Amino acid sequence: MRHIAHLRIGPAAFRIGSHWRAPIAALEDLYRDYPKPEIPDFNVHLFAARPWRRYLRPAVHIGGDFTIPDAAPLPLAQGLLAAEMGMNLQMALAQRRYLLLHASAVERDGKAVLMTGISGAGKSTLAALLMARGWRLMGDEFVLIDPRTGAAHAFPRLISLKNQAIAVAQAAHPQGRFGPLLAGTPKGDIRHLVPDARAIAAMAEPASPSLILFPRFGFDTAERPVLPSEAFVRLTQASTNYVHLAEPGFDALTRLVQSVPARAIDYPDTEVGIALVEALA
Amino acid sequence: MNPGWRLATILRDPSASLAFSPEEWTELLAVARAEQMAGTLAHRLHGLALPDRIKRLVEDAIASTEQVRLAALWEAEMARRALAPLGVPVVLLKGTAFAAAGLSPSAGRNIGDLDILVPLESLGEVEAALIAAGWEWVKPDPYDDAYYRRWMHELPPLIHRERDRMIDVHHTILPLTARITPDAAGLIAASEPLENGLCILSRPDILVHAVAHLLADGDLAGGMRNLWDFHCLVRDGGTEGLLERARHHGLAREMARALRLSHALYGTEVPLEYQRLGLADRLYLRRLTARDGWGRQTRRPLRMAFYVRSHWLRMPPAMLARHLWTKYRKGYRPVG
Amino acid sequence: MGREMTVLYRAAAPETLRIVPLDALTLIYHRASGITHVVDAPVPELLEALTPAPQTLDQLLAALTERYDLLDADPAALAIRLDELVQAGLVERL
Repeated sequence: MRHIAHLRIGPAAFRIGSHWRAPIAALEDLYRDYPKPEIPDFNVHLFAARPWRRYLRPAVHIGGDFTIPDAAPLPLAQGLLAAEMGMNLQMALAQRRYLLLHASAVERDGKAVLMTGISGAGKSTLAALLMARGWRLMGDEFVLIDPRTGAAHAFPRLISLKNQAIAVAQAAHPQGRFGPLLAGTPKGDIRHLVPDARAIAAMAEPASPSLILFPRFGFDTAERPVLPSEAFVRLTQASTNYVHLAEPGFDALTRLVQSVPARAIDYPDTEVGIALVEALA
Repeated sequence: MNPGWRLATILRDPSASLAFSPEEWTELLAVARAEQMAGTLAHRLHGLALPDRIKRLVEDAIASTEQVRLAALWEAEMARRALAPLGVPVVLLKGTAFAAAGLSPSAGRNIGDLDILVPLESLGEVEAALIAAGWEWVKPDPYDDAYYRRWMHELPPLIHRERDRMIDVHHTILPLTARITPDAAGLIAASEPLENGLCILSRPDILVHAVAHLLADGDLAGGMRNLWDFHCLVRDGGTEGLLERARHHGLAREMARALRLSHALYGTEVPLEYQRLGLADRLYLRRLTARDGWGRQTRRPLRMAFYVRSHWLRMPPAMLARHLWTKYRKGYRPVG
Repeated sequence: MGREMTVLYRAAAPETLRIVPLDALTLIYHRASGITHVVDAPVPELLEALTPAPQTLDQLLAALTERYDLLDADPAALAIRLDELVQAGLVERL
């Protein structure tokens, strides 16, 4: 691997190698304020399947310590996305120290609000907007629950904004640092927002979960409590490593749903969404 | 030293890692993961005065393999419950057998599918009982299915519809197309019962199977792990009787080679006659350790040669051509 | 499949189960399998009734009828519940 970047996001350290310079240059620019670990937890490789494909219609394959078969390659212009997907994949497949929840999270006064839902529920957008309103961003994709303490640990990777959310976040963060517009990805247009200085400076500080939200975007305003059993089932579905953590995972999740209230919220637009979250938090 | 060899060196003598640079640690862990040996390595490193970061990774890897062990033993238990009414011997193979019998290769070992051996004449009723208990065919593919049933040493793989785990039901330890035909009935006759009623192969047969799996059946992918199994078993019980038993199954040459390779790679104590390598042995060792510092396989031409060789071992040439063509058409690739 | 009267049902040993009642539903973590089951009544009651010793279907039905006021003591329905638990590995058919 000719081009290499080292970076730490929350408690997880990565080494990313690439046959091309561009994806590494993008990472080094956008992650320039993140720590550079000496020994990574996970390796990601971005590679050409055949030597000539480095130059001729370059297609970026995503490899790493842990991979899934048949992952489709991306064009070189989307190399940054490939690197992000590679890091996410390592976390999703192999994180074993923390219970990994597919959720965004923000923190205030040491208390964390976790927001989880299917793709399109708006968890990244809500997190980006809450960050603009003075919340500490803990992450827009994964939140890590420590089975030893029950605390939530941050994973503030670049915030991945899709389609209409890009303009919404730009309006909320006029001074924000954004990555290049990645047009026509498998998930539409994508643009990354760098978490603010506070999110990066505090990324090693855990917080105590105080509210679990299941948001849904594009519905009439509604709110209902979620029973612990329903929250338990939905969070196991939102976790990629619940089964692998065995009994400590069961303990962590049981404790979470028994001690933290959960609510489902529907919101028609982001303004209402933000108001709902801040009213409940 | 290439990163594959370095992994072998540390498995032999873990304390040699204490002088490692961050880069050497990084490469060691990447190669261990690629070889499915992260848990094995973690058990070897455990207890040493390791850097904090490594200590964390070692703890995580050990916890993770403990869960793998539990799930594998449970799969064996569910197969036992499904098959117990038949009253036929059910012999655990490979990783699950090591774990169930508490044999030393099981420390940290990754375990994938459940592999069992049953008598050929019971294959039909075993298949029916598993299907009644919730196992299903993995995606039926007419070519693969016909191929398996006609030529392989196992049923087409079954997967449990609830637990999403695979079982491979073998009736012998090498494909029927291979030129070597081990004594399958002898394997079952000599097998030994565990407390729960399941069986494991006799000690010499466990080693014969490890050798067949390593040298007569594969393209050596995952060979470092399989050879480590072999090394641990020889270390624990010595070499007495192994060659005789291997000869009985037609695998004497392979057994001798495994002893030489294990000695060279892991420093296994073996009689003097197995301490000198031939030219072919050196090629095997190069293939076994072909990894770069990212855990990716290197030496592509050599790997291809071993892939063709492994199919040559299993099938007569005309059939091989037909098989590779069918696989190629479906977009299969020999190695990842 | 034919069900003989002599078939005994044995519950997973209590020390292998972590049972956590949440609200209407109960969580059961099965240590031997690493599988989490989210169950409704009467599953915890069935496991408890089978815990002292393995029982036949009829014995179990009698024990449940005595302990809980079973309105419809239906052996066929109980057999279906037991089969589900056998599939899940929480009960073993002997």
